[in-house]
Amino acid sequence: MTRILVGIKRVVDYNVRIRLRPDGSGVATDGVKMSINPFDEIALEEALRIREGGLEAEIIVASIGPADAQQQLRTALAMGADRAVLVEPAAAAAVEPMTAARILLKLVEREQPQIVILGKQAIDDDNNQTGQMLAALWDRPQATFASKIVIEGALATVTREVDAGLETLQVDLPAVFTTDLRLNEPRYVKLPDIMKAKKKPLEVLPLAQLGIEPASRLKAVKFEPPPQRHKGVRVKDAAELVSALKGRGLL
Amino acid sequence: MTRILLIAEHDGTGLNPATARCVSCAAGIAGAEISVAVFAADAAAVAAQAARLAGVNRVLKVENPANAHPLAAVLAPQVAALAAAYTHVLAPSTTFGKDLMPRVAALLDAPQVSDIMAVESATRFRRPIYAGNAIVTVEVSAPKITGTVRTASFTAAPAGGPAPIEAVAVSADLPSHTRFVSVSAPASDRPDLQTARRVVSGGRALGSAENFRQLYALADRLGAAVGASRAAVDAGYAPNELQVGQTGKIIAPELYIAIGISGAIQHLTGIKDARTIVAINKDAEAPIFEVADFGLVGDLFEILPQLQQLL
Repeated sequence: MTRILVGIKRVVDYNVRIRLRPDGSGVATDGVKMSINPFDEIALEEALRIREGGLEAEIIVASIGPADAQQQLRTALAMGADRAVLVEPAAAAAVEPMTAARILLKLVEREQPQIVILGKQAIDDDNNQTGQMLAALWDRPQATFASKIVIEGALATVTREVDAGLETLQVDLPAVFTTDLRLNEPRYVKLPDIMKAKKKPLEVLPLAQLGIEPASRLKAVKFEPPPQRHKGVRVKDAAELVSALKGRGLL
Repeated sequence: MTRILLIAEHDGTGLNPATARCVSCAAGIAGAEISVAVFAADAAAVAAQAARLAGVNRVLKVENPANAHPLAAVLAPQVAALAAAYTHVLAPSTTFGKDLMPRVAALLDAPQVSDIMAVESATRFRRPIYAGNAIVTVEVSAPKITGTVRTASFTAAPAGGPAPIEAVAVSADLPSHTRFVSVSAPASDRPDLQTARRVVSGGRALGSAENFRQLYALADRLGAAVGASRAAVDAGYAPNELQVGQTGKIIAPELYIAIGISGAIQHLTGIKDARTIVAINKDAEAPIFEVADFGLVGDLFEILPQLQQLL
């Protein structure tokens, strides 16, 4: 049976307006609502749709993070994934993208998936690196920022959202895909599925057991709020707007 | 010695303006020696344009029929091979650079700094996180650093040079597992959204693709590019490449006119660096007015024709 591996990252919920800790040491996360990274939810939804489209597949969700990330994996199991793996680092230090890619490569070697789907970026660090790095380390194709994925046998045809418009690539499987917003709209989790998900397997693997030394080459030395824009003036109509813009030399 | 390899973005004939902004970022690193690499089937025209950017010390042409389309899986091993003698490898934080650079970083086992918005030293950079709601300063400890450059944060390098152009051969095994099929881009004579001096942008309040087209007339009158909010793109009023915001394009025009855009935080992330923001919206409480230099509350379907007449 084909296997599909999907990455799930626990992040501060999309709707939360984040705050910095007063000492500038990072973003406050205590008591803040946490969720599955939205792009990862899209990745899982795509895996489910590939299976519903007729490909017999086992869907494995994997997360890297603290024990609390089990909550997000349970949600992913409730959405329809078959089993989950949580790789838990010893320290709370941030996992750099290259370390995340190495961890995922270990899981790829173990699970031998034909398809790996990750979010194009996590909405906390906004790095947009892990999928591409995994594809490089695995020496397999990547199709990033996907808005359409069609699997046919050992090939995938992927439409990508690029600056010029839409690009189409054909890749040999196995391959890594990263999701863009318009790939699909993830389903809602139903209550009976949450109950069922409690019985699905969730394996916790200490990072040390994978034989990976986490990289520490990117050190966050300071967090600051962005410069604020100031509210300007109201104009009463189009004529006043045009003359104001002319006054500033903008027209 | 700081030696920077900058990967040019181009369409085979023209150098993308994002590259000139990357040159400014690279030039901000003290003592930097900047080489621009052009990977193409035929790199002559693009290399000549890159050579005329002030601050560029050398342009390297890497010509190969396999480089006719920018496939990350094909380019990355070549970039990695070329990067041996460099301390930094940079590319614009466009979909081209975002796709390519992490693959290069992994092949080089070099950490990547994404979306560089300011250079503090050869190893210290500032970048936005959480959709631009926080700025982090990152110190990198590695002999080789890769990065993508948030082009909206830098001005284009002026004309200069010309720098010498060299053809170089790189030896790398190129995979055949990834194949280009097509790219669909509607032909447009309008300025490039990412680098335009003026942008007219529309949101969900336009109500239909047909109404959205009214913006094109206004944009043409102003010599402006056209942008759109995610809501307008999701609703099918505008194609995806027009999307401005956290997951679309991050832009810094002199004049940004937001029409019928409420101003979700993800959209505001994309326009924070605009010099002047104009907002036209029916809802006086719309968040876009909090960041607009000039706000006009009213019905866009009445205001648009008036603007057309006045301009």
